[in-house]
Amino acid sequence: MGQKSEAGLDDRFRRFGTVGFTGITRVNDFIAHLEEGRVAGTRCRDCGQVFFPPCADCRSCFSRRMAWFAVEGEGRLVSWSRLAFGPAGFQEDVPYTIALLDFGGYKVFGRVDRAVSEEELAVGLPMKVRVERLPGDRLSYAFVKA
Amino acid sequence: MRRVAVIGVGQSEFVRAYPGSIRELAFEAFREAMEDGGLKPAAIDASIVCSAPEYDRQRSPAGVIAEYLGLNPQPTFYVETLCSSSTTGVRLAAALIASGQHDVVAVIGFQKMSEISSAESQERMGRGADIQWESPFGTMMPAYYAMYARAHMAAYGTTLEDLALIRVKSSVYGRLNEKAVYRKEVTPAQLADPKDRMAGPVASPLRVGDCCANADGSSCLLLAAEDRARDCRKKPVWLLGVGSASASVNLTGRDLFTGLSVAREAARRAYRMAGVGPDDIDVAEVHDCFTIAELMAYEDLGFAEPGGGRELIRNRATYREGKIPVNVDGGLLSKGHPIGATGGSQVRTIVLQLRGEAGAMQVKEPRIGLVHNIGGVGLYGNVLILGIE
Repeated sequence: MGQKSEAGLDDRFRRFGTVGFTGITRVNDFIAHLEEGRVAGTRCRDCGQVFFPPCADCRSCFSRRMAWFAVEGEGRLVSWSRLAFGPAGFQEDVPYTIALLDFGGYKVFGRVDRAVSEEELAVGLPMKVRVERLPGDRLSYAFVKA
Repeated sequence: MRRVAVIGVGQSEFVRAYPGSIRELAFEAFREAMEDGGLKPAAIDASIVCSAPEYDRQRSPAGVIAEYLGLNPQPTFYVETLCSSSTTGVRLAAALIASGQHDVVAVIGFQKMSEISSAESQERMGRGADIQWESPFGTMMPAYYAMYARAHMAAYGTTLEDLALIRVKSSVYGRLNEKAVYRKEVTPAQLADPKDRMAGPVASPLRVGDCCANADGSSCLLLAAEDRARDCRKKPVWLLGVGSASASVNLTGRDLFTGLSVAREAARRAYRMAGVGPDDIDVAEVHDCFTIAELMAYEDLGFAEPGGGRELIRNRATYREGKIPVNVDGGLLSKGHPIGATGGSQVRTIVLQLRGEAGAMQVKEPRIGLVHNIGGVGLYGNVLILGIE
């Protein structure tokens, strides 16, 4: 996708999230899916095991043959927390809310969209994921009410 | 397999900022443990140095610490499992002794957190989580435990007032512990008053008073094989059970959010090895990095049924005079949490309790004690059971 690390490797993943800590991964196509508006996980083509966050390798059957799938539909809010302090690189962002959604076969960790107030949240609330574009050509996703 | 005993314990004061280097900090606890055990450095067959990395600049700290403590040419190595590093050190020391490789092993835990800013420290703690899939969202330790608190409240009706009672208990004993960083009284009213600093938001629903403070500190434990332990200055305290477990770093890989699976699994293994159950424990040290962590520990260790933890604190069952005294040294909440030193400090407290040397904090004639030490947010778990003859 036109981006290369010093070692000549594809480092698109550097663009993920508010602050990136990982540049190179074999699931770099996660970024391509975000570009196209999808939050995607992987499913093993050999045994059917589902992975979110996506994995390049299947720990059930050791296969490396993975297919991408889009996270769709409603997940249930497992829990959340609104941060009054942020780590280095996030101080300008506070307050913000991190959360976990349960989609049945897999769970998704991420941020709650800023438009959703904490008063609207409750354990079990149906929510869905939406791709977010951040300043500096960065990509992420956030949860909104379903 | 040879039996293993703790024959010497030491701990530095836990302070906001230690006025010295990591080797000097480590020496504080080492000297106390060696004097406690009545040993000279030549009696130590190996050392295990434990901390969470990246809080100071020294790479491979075992080398400089072993040198400064006079523990060359004996073997030394570094071990880390974040906040449970020093009980992981105990587990390894016990294995080395039980297998016959060494007779006496020193486990030295240290952490000097004051060299970096609080935000930098939080960034490092955030990177103790999954840096590929979680840290890009701006995660921090308090927020993860806060998510457990929220889930526990939703499932069982646990309240912020219940969590405040944990902090209040901690402060009762922190005031008695001369080595604790926080020695002031905390009242339920403080945590209920939005204008009070203790009630200030950190990561909802957790408040300042629900969180332990960073600290600088060190701990040292001397472990020995049975025949060596019998000759020591102090009554040996036997390591009866050791249980450890791990869990998925990323919360997406977990199913339990009202307790820590690592604590339940490590406890199961430790109880089985020791041949005892929760009702046999006379005194416990649990990893109360946050108030909710202590409440969940009551349940994960079997002192209460899931959801029943709040009754223990409401009924003061975990006070010194209660059915199962927990953290009667002030715990992490009052002592402070110098990450790599914490587990060793917990073991020290239990050893002093079992010997009857805990002073103002002494529980009445305990025979069996338990240590619950958790690394990361329920990522690593160690449970140790100790006893006296």
